[in-house]
Amino acid sequence: MSSILIVEQILNGLQFGVMLFLMAAGLTLIFGVMGLINLAHGSLYMVGAFAAAAVAGATGSFFLGLVAALASAALAGAIIEIVVIRRLYDAPHLDQVLATFALILIFSEGTRWFFGSFPLFLNIPQALSGPVTLPGGIEYPLYRLSLIVIGVAIAGGLWLFIERTRIGIQIRAGENDREMIAVLGVDISKLYTLVFALGAALAGLAGALVGAIQSVQVGMGEPVLILAFVVIVIGGIGSIRGAFIGALLVGLTDTLGGVFLPEFLGLFMEPGAAQKSGSAIASMGIYILMGLVLIWRPTGLFGARA
Amino acid sequence: MRVTERYINGVVLTGLLVLPIWALAMDEPFTITLATRAVVLALAAVGLNLALGLGGMVSLGHAAFFGLGGYTMGILAYHAQTYSTLNLGLFSTDGTTSMPLIWLSAMVISALVAFFIGMLSLRTTGVYFIMITLAFGQMFFYFAISWAQYGGEDGLSIYVRNGFPGLNTLVPIQFFGICFTLLCIVLFLFARLQASPFGLALNATRQTRSRVQAVGLNPTRIRLLAFVLSGAITGLAGALFADLNRFVSPTMFSWQLSGELIVLIVIGGVGRLMGPVIGACVFVALEHFLGALTDYWHVYLGVVLLCIVLFGRGGLIGLLTGKEGAHV
Amino acid sequence: MKKLLLAASAASLLATSAFAEVKVGMITTLSGGGAGLGLDVRDGFLLAIEQSGRDDIEVVIEDDQRKPDIAVQLSDKMIQSERVDVMTGIIWSNLAMAVVPAAVNQNVFYLSPNAGPSALAGKGCHQNYFNVAWQNDNLHEAAGAYANDAGHKKSFILAPNYPAGTDALTGYKRFFDGDLAGEIYTQLGQTDYAAELAQIRASDADSVFFFLPGGMGISFLKQYADSGIDLPVVGPAFSFDQGILQAVGDAALGVVNTSQWNKDIDNPTNKAFVDSFKAEYGRLPSLYASQGFDTANLLLSALEKADPSDANAFREALRAAEFDSTRGDFAFGPNHHPVQTIYAREVIKEGDVFTNKIIGTALEAHSDAYAAECKM
Repeated sequence: MSSILIVEQILNGLQFGVMLFLMAAGLTLIFGVMGLINLAHGSLYMVGAFAAAAVAGATGSFFLGLVAALASAALAGAIIEIVVIRRLYDAPHLDQVLATFALILIFSEGTRWFFGSFPLFLNIPQALSGPVTLPGGIEYPLYRLSLIVIGVAIAGGLWLFIERTRIGIQIRAGENDREMIAVLGVDISKLYTLVFALGAALAGLAGALVGAIQSVQVGMGEPVLILAFVVIVIGGIGSIRGAFIGALLVGLTDTLGGVFLPEFLGLFMEPGAAQKSGSAIASMGIYILMGLVLIWRPTGLFGARA
Repeated sequence: MRVTERYINGVVLTGLLVLPIWALAMDEPFTITLATRAVVLALAAVGLNLALGLGGMVSLGHAAFFGLGGYTMGILAYHAQTYSTLNLGLFSTDGTTSMPLIWLSAMVISALVAFFIGMLSLRTTGVYFIMITLAFGQMFFYFAISWAQYGGEDGLSIYVRNGFPGLNTLVPIQFFGICFTLLCIVLFLFARLQASPFGLALNATRQTRSRVQAVGLNPTRIRLLAFVLSGAITGLAGALFADLNRFVSPTMFSWQLSGELIVLIVIGGVGRLMGPVIGACVFVALEHFLGALTDYWHVYLGVVLLCIVLFGRGGLIGLLTGKEGAHV
Repeated sequence: MKKLLLAASAASLLATSAFAEVKVGMITTLSGGGAGLGLDVRDGFLLAIEQSGRDDIEVVIEDDQRKPDIAVQLSDKMIQSERVDVMTGIIWSNLAMAVVPAAVNQNVFYLSPNAGPSALAGKGCHQNYFNVAWQNDNLHEAAGAYANDAGHKKSFILAPNYPAGTDALTGYKRFFDGDLAGEIYTQLGQTDYAAELAQIRASDADSVFFFLPGGMGISFLKQYADSGIDLPVVGPAFSFDQGILQAVGDAALGVVNTSQWNKDIDNPTNKAFVDSFKAEYGRLPSLYASQGFDTANLLLSALEKADPSDANAFREALRAAEFDSTRGDFAFGPNHHPVQTIYAREVIKEGDVFTNKIIGTALEAHSDAYAAECKM
C-alpha cells in the first residue's frame, strides 16, 4: 500500500469526521444547555438536504440551496422546539427519547408524503467538481477538500461564538446553572429556542453538503444520527471540543478500519475471507471504540457530568 | 371514573384470552396470529420493564437479547432441519426442534450476554447508559448482517414450527396458548419479584442510589441481577417471536426494535405489571387498523406517541387510575 | 396497507367484491426507503389487470414496510383470513425467503415480480413458485459477459457485505474471463465511498463493476463521477433504473448496465405498455413496473385456461407462459425461472429526462446456474 493511498484515506477520514462534527455539535450543544436527548436531529439533517435539493433544483443555484437548507432546518428546529421540545426539558430522559422518536416517524413519513418515495437530485456546484492535485501528487476531489475546510471553519467559528460572544457566555452560563441566569434577566426560553435552531441549522447544513455527494432520500438522517451519538458519547456529552475530537476519531476509525483491517487480516487468511471478516469487524469498529472509551472514562473524553 | 389497577389487569388478561377463542369460533385465524404477536411483544417488553420500569435502566439495546433469543431458535432449528452438527468449539451438538430446550438455551445465552453487557454498561448512568446499550445492540446488528453462515441480511427461514410435547404448534390457537401461558408465568414471577426484598431494593436503587449504599447493599450488583433477568425474559420472547414468524433476521437486532419495546412500555405505563401488555395490544391494534387506513400510518403513530408523552404521563394505566407511574 | 378492490369498469365495483372468483394477494413495499420499487411493481401489475377488462379478479394489496416479520404476518393474513389463490409482489430477497417457502407449502401459488434468491432456484425450488423477473445472479452474470465483449481484462468489483452482494460478485466472476484488480465488500447502507474510490484509483484496473442497490448506488455514482477516475463502469440495471436515474443525474451518463427489459425493446406489447403506463401514471415505466406488468399478464394467461382451484391444470398453464411479454419471447426453465435475453443498455439523456437505450445483447436465452440442482 503506497503512502499516497494512506494520505488519501486519512483525508477521507477527516472529511467524514468534520461532517459528523456538524451533526454532533448541535446535538451536544442541545444536550449541554437544555439537557435534552434529541433523536430527531437526524430528521433536521434530512430536512436540510431536501430543502437544498428542492431549491437548487428550482433555481439552479447550489448556493441558494445551502441558504434554503440552513433556513428551513433552523425554522423546523425552532418550530419543534416551541411546539414539542419545550415541554420536555424537565421530563425524564425516557420521555425525551420517546417524544423525539415520535418526531422521527412524523418527519420521515411526512417528507415522503410531500416529496414522494423516490430520491431527489442534488449535485455539487460546477466550480467545485472534479479532482485537484495536491502536493505530493495526490489527486483528491475538490469538493471533499472544500468540505474539510468548511467543517473546520465552522468548528472554529462555533468556538469563537461560544467563547467570545455575549450569547455564547449566556449559553455557557446556562449549562452551569439554569436558574441563575434566568434570575440575571436572560430570557431563557428565547435562548433555548435560539440554541435549538442553531443546532438544527448546523444539521441542515451538513445534510445539504453531504446530500450533494450522496443520495437525498427519506431515512438518510438515521444512520448519521446514530454515528453522531457515538461521537458525542465518546467526546463527552455537552462538550464542543469533545464533539470535535470524537468526530475525527470516529471518522478516521471508520474509514481506516474499513480499508486496513481486511488488508491486515489478509496477512494470515485467504483474501476473500479476509475481505468479508475484515469488513464485518470494521463495521462494528466505532461501536467497539465507543465501548472501550466508556469503560475507560464513563463520561467520555471531555465529559464533566453524567 | 377512576378504576383500580387490579381491575384493569384482570380485564386486559381476560380480554386477551377471550379474543382468540372468539376468533377460533368465528374462524378468523389471522386474529389469533395478531393476538399471539401482541402476547410475544408484551413478553419482550415485560422483560425490558424489569430493567427500565423497576430498575430505571433505560436500555436502548434490548433488541440485542430479542435477536439473540431469535437466533438461538433459528440456529438450533436450522441444524435440526439440515441434520448438520452445530460446532461450538469445545463441544458440538445436533440441532433441536424441541421448544423447551430452545427456550432454555435462549434464556441462558441471553442471560450470559446480558451479564457481560451489564458489567460494562452499568458503570455508566443516564444518557451514557442509553447510548452504550445502543452501541452494543448495533454491534450485534452488524455482526448478524455479515454472518453469512446463517443467512446474513437475508435471515434464516425455518420451514416448520418447533414442537412442544403433546401439542400441534402449527395450529394458531395452540401456539397462542403456549405463548399466553408463558406470559402469565412471567407476569406472576414479575409481580412476586416486585414485592420481594430484591424488588424493593431495586426500586430503591432507581430512586436514591446513595441510600441503598448506605444501608449496606451493593446497588450495582442489584441492578446487574435485574438486567440479567430482564435480558433472559426478552431472549425468551425472541425465541417465541422467531417461532411465530418461522423466520429470523438481523432486523430483530435493530435499534428501531429497541425503541418500539420502550414505546410499548410507555404506552401502557412504566413500571406497571400490565403496562407492557396493554402497550403491546394497543400497538398491534394501531399497526393493524391505522395501517389499513393509510399508507402513511407512521405519521399518526408518531402523533399518538407524542400525545401520550406530552399529556398522558403514566401511560394508559395512569390515565385510567389517575395515578402517575414510576419516574425514570 | 390499503385494500384495493379492482374492477375493470367502475360500474361493476360492488359486483366485484361479491362475486370475485380469483383472489390475488400482493405484499410489497409501499412505505419507507424502498417504497419506489414496490409502487412501480404495484402500478405495473394493476395496469395489466385493468387492461384485461376482467372484473372477477380481486387484488388485495398490503405494505410490508420492507420488514420480514411484517411480511410473514401479512402472508399469514393473506392465506388464513383472505384465503387468496395466488400471491405476488415481494421486492426483496430476504422478505421472499421469509414468505415464499411457507406460502407455497400451503398450496398457494407465488409469482415473483422481483426477487429471485438462489435458494428458491436450486435446492429449494417448488412447483408452485414461479419467478417472472430473473434469478438474482442473472444481471450480474450478464455484466461479466458484457465486460468480456467490451474487452475488459482487469476489473475492480464491489458490492455490499450481505448475501445478495456476495451473489452479485459471484455472478460477475462466473462469466468474466479477465482478472480482478480488487474485490471489496462494503458496508450495507454505506453512503460514503471515498475510501473505496481511493483504492480503485490506486489499483491497475481497466474497468469497474458494482452492485449497490438504491441510495448506495446513487451515492457511489455521484462520488465516482467527481473523483476524476475515468475507467468504464459496468453494473446491473438496479442502479440505473428510471426511478433513481434522475437522482444520479449527469454522473450516470454513458454508463453501461445490464437488463432484461428496456423501454425501447421493439415489440407491440412493450410499446403499448410504455405508452399506457405513461398515460395512466404520468411517468416513464421502470424495470420493476415492466416486471409487475408481465407478472399480471402471466397470471391472466393462465386464468384463461384454468382455475387456480384446479392446481395441476393451473400450474401447467403458468408453466406454458403463453402471454405477450414486454420483453418479447418469454419462457420458463425447468426450475420455473425465466430463460431470457439480457441486454446491455447505456444511460442517455432524452430532453431533460435521463433514461436508457439498448446498445447490444449481453447473454442470449440465458437460464441460471442453479436450475440443475432443482428437483421438482
